[in-house]
Amino acid sequence: MAIAEEIVNLKEEEKISPVFGSCPLPIFDHKQIVLGHGSGGKLTSELIENIFLPAFSNPILDKLDDQALLTIGGARLAFTTDSFVVTPIFFPGGDIGRLAVHGTVNDLAMSGARPLYLSAAFILEEGLRVEDLRRVVESMRAAAADSGVHFVTGDTKVVNRGKGDQIFITTTGIGVVDPNVNISASRAQPGDCILLSGTIGDHGMAIMSQREGLEFESEIASDCASLHDLVAQMLATPSETPDFIHCLRDPTRGGVATTLNEIAKASHSGMLLQEHAIPVRESVRGACEILGLDPLYVANEGKLLAIVAPEMGEAVLARLHRHPLGQDAAIIGEVVAAHPGMVLMKTGIGGTRVLDVMFGEQLPRIC
Amino acid sequence: MKYLDEYRDSGVAAKILAEMRRIQTRPWVLMEVCGGQTHSIVKHGIDHLLPQGVELVHGPGCPVCVTPLEMIDKAHAIARCQNVIFCSFGDMLRVPGSDGDLFTIKSLGGDVRIVYSPLDCLKIARANPDKQVVFFAIGFETTAPANAMLAWRAREDKVNNLSLLVSHVLVPPALEAILAAPDNRVNGFLGPGHVCAVMGYSEYEPISARFHVPIVITGFEPIDILHGVLMTLQQLEEGRATVENQYSRILDRSGNVPAQSLIGKVFEVGDRKWRGIGSIPLSGYRLRAEFARHDAEKIFDVAEIATLEPTICISGEILRGIKKPHDCPAFGTQCSPQHPLGATMVSAEGACAAYYTYGRHLNPQGTDALHQIDSVPASVVHG
Repeated sequence: MAIAEEIVNLKEEEKISPVFGSCPLPIFDHKQIVLGHGSGGKLTSELIENIFLPAFSNPILDKLDDQALLTIGGARLAFTTDSFVVTPIFFPGGDIGRLAVHGTVNDLAMSGARPLYLSAAFILEEGLRVEDLRRVVESMRAAAADSGVHFVTGDTKVVNRGKGDQIFITTTGIGVVDPNVNISASRAQPGDCILLSGTIGDHGMAIMSQREGLEFESEIASDCASLHDLVAQMLATPSETPDFIHCLRDPTRGGVATTLNEIAKASHSGMLLQEHAIPVRESVRGACEILGLDPLYVANEGKLLAIVAPEMGEAVLARLHRHPLGQDAAIIGEVVAAHPGMVLMKTGIGGTRVLDVMFGEQLPRIC
Repeated sequence: MKYLDEYRDSGVAAKILAEMRRIQTRPWVLMEVCGGQTHSIVKHGIDHLLPQGVELVHGPGCPVCVTPLEMIDKAHAIARCQNVIFCSFGDMLRVPGSDGDLFTIKSLGGDVRIVYSPLDCLKIARANPDKQVVFFAIGFETTAPANAMLAWRAREDKVNNLSLLVSHVLVPPALEAILAAPDNRVNGFLGPGHVCAVMGYSEYEPISARFHVPIVITGFEPIDILHGVLMTLQQLEEGRATVENQYSRILDRSGNVPAQSLIGKVFEVGDRKWRGIGSIPLSGYRLRAEFARHDAEKIFDVAEIATLEPTICISGEILRGIKKPHDCPAFGTQCSPQHPLGATMVSAEGACAAYYTYGRHLNPQGTDALHQIDSVPASVVHG
């Protein structure tokens, strides 16, 4: 808090230096943070590459995975952290507390880890109703119990009214990874199947329709869920191929398109999707049409993308279908040698388009 | 999705494409007028499904793209004012003016809000009586009725802290400007479906007759667009030039008469500047004198703001269909959606942005090695 207040009192041009030191790199065009820096798209990457990595660089961080894999005393640990700032804090299908548990559990699960312990840090805005805090915390308790994790440490701060947005939560998680599991974005290779565990865009459109006060015939609910059990089931698929799950990611901010771009970049391979194979709920498609958004770029909070050895694609898909969180799972495309680093999609009418990384916020179009 | 999936059917598309190949005897250049059509064409990869020799060029129908830099600077000057709530359609927020965009102004403390309907501004103005609420009323005839309704309601309900910064443009004068240019290449038009849903299409008939050019009013789904292209090709191959309506499930010749009447009560036709094209006589709407009280250009001191467009950008030629995004040396290098130099890279509906987002890999002359790997021949890409 003390540091933050000091910064506020500095002159405009001095504001960056006390935190990050004098940075020799040209810092992008924006002289201040804009909302797009938090979108998970290109602006976020710029921030990471230009500000955070130069300061904190080390071999573990430089992999830029959703979690760090650490070997300590012979044990392989997965370690991750995530902050949650959603408005409204209660939405159909979940709330900020549930999201804060599932989000961190999922980041651990995407390394194949068994999630064990979480921390929680709360930044509360003066005036927040205690009853609302109680609801959020109760929801966190239930989500943690469902996920088999325990909160073992935490912190609370309160900021002046107007200096926060009711409640911000940061959760940090730690889990243990089986020595035989080897999952990484860099392992995607030509021929691999791309699996998606269910319908896309549910979370983002649930939030959007609440925020914009849009009413649809059928309510869109967030897909917010912990995926560790689904991952465990996938890993347990009987197979003669070792390490047949090459890569796992949960397509949160920036959606499926942005996540697949990250994998394509990390593995230097191309991705070719089939539009007709990608499951999207009717209500989500409708809401996206109305708002001029593309579901491929809308956030999910209970879905995963798996890159799997080609001969195991169908078997893993069958395992997914048997799990309640994987009933709508589908093989949506394959990893290809052509166009490395790029994601292309065959459209429903037979054309081809590029799925690029989202730049900043996805904006509703005028017409 | 009900009522939409039938317009995205690959079997129907294949039949229409086969018919195009059957009737086509020579190369043709068609222009889709509307930005929504451009978006659909690249999103669904329609441009490289077309038979060789059928070239689509992207017209000036993206309202965000053609809003002149000067007007963006005026908007930004107003949005920076104390006690102003500046309301806009979403995609105007990222349009860079001479100094930053509306997101930047928001990050510096400006109160900038995205609205889905202009009428939302009434609610905002009533809830904030001590603030001046300004709506950035841009667009073609499509958005004019809703924007006119906002001005009308503001005056009728005496919501005196609400004003509009109007930058409205009209399609028919732009088509005439394109056709009258000596270097025009366009043989036929896919007319703007949404614009004609409001205005009808009778005003396109004299243009079609005068320049002997087919104009087929076309919808926005892939099958609509393919059907519109086929209908235009049929006219061209048969030597006909008339206005036809592909989008008959939505509109008829007379359009939405009550909406036209409201537009007439609130707006009058005047000269307008177009980004990348310049001034076109009688090509836009401005608020009538009775609405001066709600005219942001009169309330705020912005009349003196005049901005010159950057000279390297070829967006004017792209908007008139003379050049393609790939023809620009800055495309994908100095100019990208992150750092747009000109109109057509600004909005997702702009031709350059659409090419950058969806069709970059098909660029035969691309500067980035990544963009050269696709094996689709250039002739197919460019029609």
